[in-house]
Amino acid sequence: MIDTLRLTAEEAMGLIERGEASAAELHAAYLDAIRDRDGELHAYLRTVDEADGGGVPIAFKDVISSRGVETTAGSKVLQGYVPVFDSTVAARCREAGLPLIGKTNMDEFAMGSSTENSAYGPTRNPWDPERVPGGSSGGSAAAVAAGLAPWALGTDTGGSVKQPASLCGIVGLRPTYGTVSRYGIVAFASSLDQVGPMTKTVRDNALLYRIIAGRDPCDTTTVELPQPVELPEREDLKGIRVGVPKELNEAEGIEPGVKEAADRTIELCRELGAEVGETTLPRSVEYGLACYYLVAPAEASSNLSRYDGVRYGLRVEGESGVRSMYERTRDAGFGDEPKRRIMLGAYALSAGYYDAYYGQAQKVRTVIAQEHAAAFRSFDVLVSPTSPTVAFRLGEKAENPLAMYLSDVLTIPSNMAGLPGLSIPCGLSEDLPVGFQLIGPQFSENTLFHVGHALERAIGFDVVPGRLQ
Amino acid sequence: MNWEPVIGLEIHIHLKTRTKMFCRCEVAYSEPENTRTCPVCLAHPGSLPVPNAKAVEWTIKLGLALGCRIAERAVFHRKNYFYPDNPKGYQISQYDEPLCVDGRLVVPGPDGEPEVGIVRAHLEEDAAKNVHTGSAQGRIAGASATLVDFNRAGTPLVEIVTRPDLRSADDARRFLQLLRQTVVELGISDAEMEKGSLRFDVNVSIRPQGSDELRTRTELKNLNSFAFAAKAIQREVERQTGIYEAGGEVEQETLHFEPGTESAPPLRSKEEAQDYRYFPEPDLVPLQPPAELVERVRAELPELPGARILRLAADLDPDTATDLVTSGRDALFERVPGDRRAVANVLMNQFAAAGVDAAAVDPEELGKLIEARSRIPRERLIEALAASGTPGFSADDYLGDGLMADTSELEPIVDRILEANSGQVEAYRGGKEGLLGFFVGQVMRETRGKADPKVVNELLREKLSA
Amino acid sequence: MAITRDEVLHVARLARLELTDDEVERFTGQLSAILEAVAKVSELDLSDVEPTAHPLDLVNVWAEDEPRPSIPVEDALANAPDREAGFFKAPPA
Repeated sequence: MIDTLRLTAEEAMGLIERGEASAAELHAAYLDAIRDRDGELHAYLRTVDEADGGGVPIAFKDVISSRGVETTAGSKVLQGYVPVFDSTVAARCREAGLPLIGKTNMDEFAMGSSTENSAYGPTRNPWDPERVPGGSSGGSAAAVAAGLAPWALGTDTGGSVKQPASLCGIVGLRPTYGTVSRYGIVAFASSLDQVGPMTKTVRDNALLYRIIAGRDPCDTTTVELPQPVELPEREDLKGIRVGVPKELNEAEGIEPGVKEAADRTIELCRELGAEVGETTLPRSVEYGLACYYLVAPAEASSNLSRYDGVRYGLRVEGESGVRSMYERTRDAGFGDEPKRRIMLGAYALSAGYYDAYYGQAQKVRTVIAQEHAAAFRSFDVLVSPTSPTVAFRLGEKAENPLAMYLSDVLTIPSNMAGLPGLSIPCGLSEDLPVGFQLIGPQFSENTLFHVGHALERAIGFDVVPGRLQ
Repeated sequence: MNWEPVIGLEIHIHLKTRTKMFCRCEVAYSEPENTRTCPVCLAHPGSLPVPNAKAVEWTIKLGLALGCRIAERAVFHRKNYFYPDNPKGYQISQYDEPLCVDGRLVVPGPDGEPEVGIVRAHLEEDAAKNVHTGSAQGRIAGASATLVDFNRAGTPLVEIVTRPDLRSADDARRFLQLLRQTVVELGISDAEMEKGSLRFDVNVSIRPQGSDELRTRTELKNLNSFAFAAKAIQREVERQTGIYEAGGEVEQETLHFEPGTESAPPLRSKEEAQDYRYFPEPDLVPLQPPAELVERVRAELPELPGARILRLAADLDPDTATDLVTSGRDALFERVPGDRRAVANVLMNQFAAAGVDAAAVDPEELGKLIEARSRIPRERLIEALAASGTPGFSADDYLGDGLMADTSELEPIVDRILEANSGQVEAYRGGKEGLLGFFVGQVMRETRGKADPKVVNELLREKLSA
Repeated sequence: MAITRDEVLHVARLARLELTDDEVERFTGQLSAILEAVAKVSELDLSDVEPTAHPLDLVNVWAEDEPRPSIPVEDALANAPDREAGFFKAPPA
């Protein structure tokens, strides 16, 4: 009997290598676990019966195209849509022999921080089913946390890998923009979207990142990694300079329990031999949210125009003429959050408003990049809590878009600069996981894995939710 | 009051690259619908564009040929609008950072050599093809649908915008002809209106002669030939003149022309200003054309038609010079010795009618023929021109004095022809009297045009009725 | 109001969204609040700052003009809500 609750991907690899379990057996074990536990959690939207591959099974957020498998992006507008091509990340996982377990739930079009915006119902946090798993990659986070997948892929635009990882007590990487292909990823915000590994351990995360990363000729915004991905071994932080940006660590809305856990972890960095110092990101945090909520919706408003009922997806007939069909299809197919963001984005790009809104936001982005670059002259990694809060209750923020947007206040600034960020669980507050965010310069994933692994070892956080043990 | 037309053009040229602008589907010419598509040109979720390097190079080539400055940095923008032939809901185009700017094309004409400013030339992708149909399968009469074929979607297009420097309908026609010729000689496009690889719209306004104001303009769309465009422009200029002279104001309108409705007045509409919400394409990185690329392309430019017309116009009138270049006969013209006007005249008229391949002609011999043309009968000249492309052609065979009118010389030839064509003889005798022309032609060929046609006719009739 | 009802109707039109009256009302309030919050970016004087074109400093990424196989027409039409022979079928434009 394979205990999927605790099994890491690296352990599963060992089982396969030693002939103690086959990929098919593992795959079947995960399907069993899903039958057992996912009725309550709803991490998955659909599963794949056949284990196609000899490696460690994996789950994909439903924004990732897999040939022949329905991909909805959490939306009704793509209900029944079956891609006729593989995304590059799916192709790379397939080449690595990783069988697909299934597609996980998400906020519609990756717009959200709680997975409550899914058109197919919310996902529940395995630590407390009355609470959200975070979003938009909530399904993938919950699946890994609840032992329904050894590892998973999510996507991160404003924090949608890091934040759910934080709320579910697992490890999530948002890679350097351009190191993982977006080809075949249902687009939300093109200059921000990145596919990220979601795993139980930092080493698992590095293993998965190594499989998916690297330049793709189908995506002209990708680059080769300057160095190969290293699996972290060291458990000390000697020689690492850790910066603590005061604006990130003292932002409004950070719960005391979260701050405490983060501060303890910063202290732990010192104990492990790191040089720790305070630094500042003067405007990045204050203006980051506003910047993001102009750039992302603007790009989204354009990316979502293709959902028009002509070539795929939902079609709702109009009165007469194609325009009426467009309007009815899109009104029926999109939930509230995509509609808000599409309209906001169209407004920010419209004649007369472009300079003040979108144009200005792209300049703020430059400022944010410059401030982070300045901080990185003195530090190797910047740290903060990943999310200002632990998992909040279902329904608590659903009616208040602005309150929901604040969930991303700590993950957004580095995202705007295209920088990588790793979230690791660092403790509990009110019996719920707290995530610790490590931000690095571009292409510093190896450093993030090193620091994350050393802290993970020292903290000894049990990634299996208490109530499931 | 004297009015002068103020005319500008917007031309779209389809680049004949092998693959589309943003994906590597082969560009389709007449393939079955939707057989040249992929997730990118179908705008499937998650698809991403990858620019065609050749299309970029050819746009630079065209820009240089039009005297443009190649931008140090150019960017693709999204032009957002909804239409069934626009699968992404946006077209990838260029906005305020196009690849080529500030060029000029000198267009020789009877009134001198007006220089037409080229504001810009930029690169973009073509839309799919919409077929608007009545419903099939015997459904309710009047019901209709839009059928969409994405084979064409994503084909590379260059859009060229001129300054409103054209001052007459004829200027516009000459500009279009020269532009087309240039594009074809650069090898980057077939530029054929019938095939849709060249399309253009015209902006027309007028103003008092001598002023530099710019008044309200109307836009003429979907004109399907240069000649028709010239007519339509002229009509529009006259219409606007009439309005101003009656004290009225010209309204901003778009005139839509439909193929086959040349005599009907165009459909008028006031197109709402569209808000395209342009923003830089986040899926594509900027272009910074390397200097070596630009210089190599510049060095490889051939002598362009405009320059050749100017050169020839030193000896000829501009229209003839233009016609020689646009008909592809100027290379031959330059090699044929003799009086320039005479040679040009023959090349553009009788030689053109003979349908001979200019490249196959021996220029010296043709020159001799042309020089002697007033001294030989017309039919012989035609005969000679028709033969001028054959290897070993010698003008002397067709020159010399007088017609062969001696029956003793002609009779054996006629007999030979009749014997060799007994089938046709029988047919003629059976009633097909039109065949007389065939026999005459055969004799003329035998005698290299020297036989006297009257005598030949008489001889043939005699022998055939025997 | 940072955005008026009319402006909401305008952007809804631009985005081809047919909103119910209830939606228009609800969204006008929410979008107003959001716009007020994001307008914060205009507090900064950034006249000397270049906008970020791309997170990475890439230029000139393109591909050679070499054909790759197109997808079969059945794949192209596989998800089509409506078709006629090899065409996608949509209501009249």
